[in-house]
Amino acid sequence: MRARHFGLVAFFLFLLIPMYWLITMSFKPNDEIISQLSLFPQHWTLDHYRAIFGDAGWRAAFEHSLEYTLLNVVIVLPLAIPAAYAFSRYRFLGDKHLFFWLLTNLMAPPAVFLIPFFQLYHSVHLFDTIYAVAIADTLFNLPLAIWILEGFMSGVPREIDETAYLDGYSLPRFFVKIFLPLIGAGIGVAAFFCFMFSWIEVLLAQTLTTSNATPIATLMGSAFSASGTDWGILAAAGTLTLVPGAIVIWFVRNKIASGFALGRV
Amino acid sequence: MDTKFADNRAWLLVLPATLLVFFTAMIPFMAVVNYSFQIVFSMQNHALIGWETFHEALTNEEFSGALGRQVLFTGIVLLIEIPLGIAVALTMPRTGKMVGPVLVVIALPLLVPWNVVGLIWQIFARGDIGLFGAFVNNVLHINYNYAVGEYSAWFTVVLMSVWHWTSLVALLAYAGLCSIPGAFYQAARIDGASRWATFRFIELPKLRGVLTIAILLRFVYSFKTYAESLTVTGGGPGTSTTFMTQMLTNTAIGQFAYGKAAAYGLLYFLIILLISYIFYIVLTRVGTNEGGA
Repeated sequence: MRARHFGLVAFFLFLLIPMYWLITMSFKPNDEIISQLSLFPQHWTLDHYRAIFGDAGWRAAFEHSLEYTLLNVVIVLPLAIPAAYAFSRYRFLGDKHLFFWLLTNLMAPPAVFLIPFFQLYHSVHLFDTIYAVAIADTLFNLPLAIWILEGFMSGVPREIDETAYLDGYSLPRFFVKIFLPLIGAGIGVAAFFCFMFSWIEVLLAQTLTTSNATPIATLMGSAFSASGTDWGILAAAGTLTLVPGAIVIWFVRNKIASGFALGRV
Repeated sequence: MDTKFADNRAWLLVLPATLLVFFTAMIPFMAVVNYSFQIVFSMQNHALIGWETFHEALTNEEFSGALGRQVLFTGIVLLIEIPLGIAVALTMPRTGKMVGPVLVVIALPLLVPWNVVGLIWQIFARGDIGLFGAFVNNVLHINYNYAVGEYSAWFTVVLMSVWHWTSLVALLAYAGLCSIPGAFYQAARIDGASRWATFRFIELPKLRGVLTIAILLRFVYSFKTYAESLTVTGGGPGTSTTFMTQMLTNTAIGQFAYGKAAAYGLLYFLIILLISYIFYIVLTRVGTNEGGA
């Protein structure tokens, strides 16, 4: 028992110390960051956070990143739920091929698509908007959500559907009243994964925006400048990007265990 | 076994999702196929050159070098993260009031953006201002500098990936372990099974489904790694940590050799598909032989 706990504590330290280092750095003045190695800030400062919150560009970047991430979840779920239901309950022409084709998109490297994406979103006048990023991210998130939801739905016995139809439920009414509550955990997990992969994604978000919808990553990239890197600002911005993730995890913490099984155990 | 309703009207349910994926994937994909057979001077000016770009991809060092490094990186990362993730899952408490906090800490790294993961390790591993870098250099007296040494750079990018993604494997495995009924463990205890036997014959077969997902996701996402290592090492020293995605973006945007990048990209995509398919087939076969049900 002792050795077991020791191992887990060691793993926790491995996860937390790098984050701790980033967070403490964000409270140190820049000359302290560069000149000395200290476990705690010697001179606490909130200057870096003040600089970020006082700057319209940074504030807008945080808004854009949150907006396209949430928009992505909002687009993906209503499309993925009916599709997953079809795959879990019906046999239809080309179903297996379609499912496999959808999954291949999960494997597509975004780098391959950079220039066609740039052209595509230009031609439909969505370039440099949060919509472009949110839609582009569906390339990976929609197949992933369908895959996850299909697993959960297949875990629900088909007798439930049949009984409901015998009781005179129509498909939409059965779906909303009976079926959706049964797969609530699955929807939560699918939303969690979409949020996660959209929030952490950098390459597409940077490529599809120039000035009106720039994500946090672009601004952080420009903080590494020729005139010297502003470590304090970078550390503070990095620390702030941890906050939405921490909030999401806090809300789903009781669902994580059952949810991560993806209904496929 | 097949208990599904046969009904082609189900197409109506998959149609919206299919149309959206068609828009976001197929149209750009066809453009890539088109460009891969061309030499592109500008978006208005390009000429058809046939299979030349593919031939170039298969013979030059730029492509094969990046591919080799990519395979090595993904291999190392999978060999560390999968066993470590399972080990972590086995030590996590399954009941009690510590469950919530433990899950929160484990899940935390997963939601850190790629470039911020890079930033965290860039700072943490620096010899002058980073705790880890200073510790290795000044306390362990090992010469460690990821900007100069190849081994240091590799060590850093691998450690960073382990930091970011072991949690995904751990959470998936933990979810699998939680679903094993207590009666299974009681039976094992009555039979006097060792800890190892319990793991090998009860826990591991039950983890088949979630581990298939974990291995596939980790394979695919480590094969596409980009912003993490780019932020820390910039692909260097030299090209020693330049992986596939970075090589592609360098070719497409840096050199503006778009025809070449498109050919590289298609081959890259095909390789991922092929390996994923092999993984999938092997993993599902292994499971059925063991009668994991």
